[in-house]
Amino acid sequence: MTTAPDLDVLRARIRGMEQTGSRTGVELPTHPALAGLLQLRAGASYGVDSLSLAALMMAGPSAQGAWTAVVGVGDLGAEAFASLGVDLSRTVLVPDPAESWLEVTAALVDVAPLVVLRPPPRVSEGAAAKLAARLRKRSAALVALGDWPRCEARLAVTGLRWTGPESGAGHGAGHLDGRHVDLLVRRGAGPAKEATLWIPADGSVRRDRSAERMRPVTRLGEVG
Amino acid sequence: MGARVMVVWCPDWPVVAALWEAGMPAESARRVPAAVLERGRIGAASAAARETGVRRGMRKRDAQAGCPDLRLLDAAPDRDARAFEPVLAAVEELRPGVAPLRPGLLALRSPSVFYGGDVHAGAVVAEQVVAAGAWDCRVGVADDLFTAEQAARNAAPQETEVVDPGGSAAYLAGLPVEVVDTQPDAGDLVSVLRRLGLRTLGDLAALPAEAVGSRFGAYGAWLHRAVSGTGSGVGHLGARTPPPELAREQVFEPAVDNVEVLSFSIRRTADAFVAGLAHHGLAATEVRVEVETEGAPGVTVGRDWLHPRVFGAADLVDRLAWQLSGSTRSPASRGGAPAPGERAATQVGAPVTLVRFVPVVAVGESTHAEGLWGGSTDERVARGLAKVQGLLGHEAVVQPVLQGGRGPADRQALVPYGERPVALRDRALPWPGRLPDPQPARVLAEPWPASVATDDGRPVVVDDRGAMSGVPGRFRTSTDEPWQPVAAWAGPWPVEESWWEEGGGCRLTRFQVVGVDGRAWLLALAGTAWWTEAGYD
Repeated sequence: MTTAPDLDVLRARIRGMEQTGSRTGVELPTHPALAGLLQLRAGASYGVDSLSLAALMMAGPSAQGAWTAVVGVGDLGAEAFASLGVDLSRTVLVPDPAESWLEVTAALVDVAPLVVLRPPPRVSEGAAAKLAARLRKRSAALVALGDWPRCEARLAVTGLRWTGPESGAGHGAGHLDGRHVDLLVRRGAGPAKEATLWIPADGSVRRDRSAERMRPVTRLGEVG
Repeated sequence: MGARVMVVWCPDWPVVAALWEAGMPAESARRVPAAVLERGRIGAASAAARETGVRRGMRKRDAQAGCPDLRLLDAAPDRDARAFEPVLAAVEELRPGVAPLRPGLLALRSPSVFYGGDVHAGAVVAEQVVAAGAWDCRVGVADDLFTAEQAARNAAPQETEVVDPGGSAAYLAGLPVEVVDTQPDAGDLVSVLRRLGLRTLGDLAALPAEAVGSRFGAYGAWLHRAVSGTGSGVGHLGARTPPPELAREQVFEPAVDNVEVLSFSIRRTADAFVAGLAHHGLAATEVRVEVETEGAPGVTVGRDWLHPRVFGAADLVDRLAWQLSGSTRSPASRGGAPAPGERAATQVGAPVTLVRFVPVVAVGESTHAEGLWGGSTDERVARGLAKVQGLLGHEAVVQPVLQGGRGPADRQALVPYGERPVALRDRALPWPGRLPDPQPARVLAEPWPASVATDDGRPVVVDDRGAMSGVPGRFRTSTDEPWQPVAAWAGPWPVEESWWEEGGGCRLTRFQVVGVDGRAWLLALAGTAWWTEAGYD
């Protein structure tokens, strides 16, 4: 009793199997706020310097029903990840892989199309190359929190401006609410891209183009 | 609309079964006043006996005084179950997948599609049951098991009572709480409910679920779900308690004290266990692994393991290894590869003399048969993660779940992959003192010792009345970090709660502090000590 949609699914799987070798370059779902800045691609590695950015990278595939994995992060704020669009029911963590981080990450690449890794301080080129081969074979992407050799692109937070608490001599009124995040996206030797994201309290991230136009040269906080 | 549940109830089954085995034809048996004795009291009485005033729980003497020709029979649960077998078989002829709930009570997916509606299906099933010899049978059909059972109890003999789809809650609301007495394990719940002034199931359903859960525990929570009409549906019926003879065990003589040797030797037993279940068309989703060790003969240590899919032989070997090494592996060494020559990781606490696999929950194999080309994604995930669990240990691969709480660390929990989260705090409660959104993306497992000072270098503290000794001017998030000026701050937010320190019950004041680099932190002041709890990374 096979119905038409089943057949389509099966055909898609056959096509998937017929593609020999790597499927590098296949686009993975990416969070709409990153449109124009970064497109996640299977087989590539990315570097980020903040957990919120890692969550944003996970949100794309996770919202499409894919599993995601996080290795070596023992201080993940699950509630914030969920509000940024990560489906926790399809998220696995290996908080403390210790010496086995490479094996664990390689095994998780088989399972999840996007794996976030906080690598140990020094990663050899060889280890990175091994993992890159695995990523290409399994059509998965890696997001490294911190330094990682051979990144397709690096995302860095260059500025953060919070709204909510009163600055200066205010007496603790208000609370942290939304934030403007200035991003710098470096890709190989090409020119870096700059952008500003607006992340309100409910986690609905979007590009803030008005802030990008009127970005101040120095921020008031630096006077402090 | 999902599949509907049909429940067939044969009232006073112990009496019917006893008279049946005594050789009395069903037609005349129903006119005989008879009762089954349980520990000197009436356990069940026939309709004819009830007409003369015989009631459940009555003493033998009182019953006989009211009804001198009462025929007394001994209780025999085995007999009840045995006598019910032909009834089950008769219904199974119409529709496979019949789940016996208790002797006298069975459930199945309503075969309404085949017979043109629930009422007709009920009539066909009732006819079949009567033909099998159970004259008094009543049929109920509803969305969930509990409602279907209540409908069956309200039906007239050989009739069908149908609760409309989505009408479970409305149907149950009018029933008296006394109907709960018919459920196993109800204990004296009904008398407690009555004393609390709850007269109908509707009264109980109107209470908040968490209040019922905290007053009556898991059973109360289950009951609340059931009376709200959201009880377990037909999916639950497929799960059958597998027969105990499918358990497999292996005795080790001499005893073995090495996990690797055990894992190797147990393989054939695990294969036999899986094959034995498969022979009955079953596959286990929950297995209890029992271990006996030398030095404690006769003492069995068991643990129930759940599988996200179904257990294969390799999964069983893994679970045994995790169970044995879990007790010896210290949290500090968990995950670390054992150094050469280190034997601790493969050594068990005491030499093992016996290993037994007991199936706890099994499902029909067909529901979990592998799809073309190796099945679904989740199955692939389960396999891949089992590999990582094999590498690092069962507890090293976790899934984050959210729960209720005040501090950011309290509001989440990590559950080993493949296990059900238990004892989570309810997120729907208000949790006064919880942090406003956004939540921190970085929640430190262990808080860092922090420092906050005024511009002129005096430490900032908060007195008993919540007044601050000064305005935060600079801070550092840990003793390793440099001091930096405070760009903005919010607080103080006092919280009374037991904190992570021994003894608990500590008064805590939380602050949000933004540094000049723009990064925001959640700091907490306990007494005079500052801690960094989380970062808005």
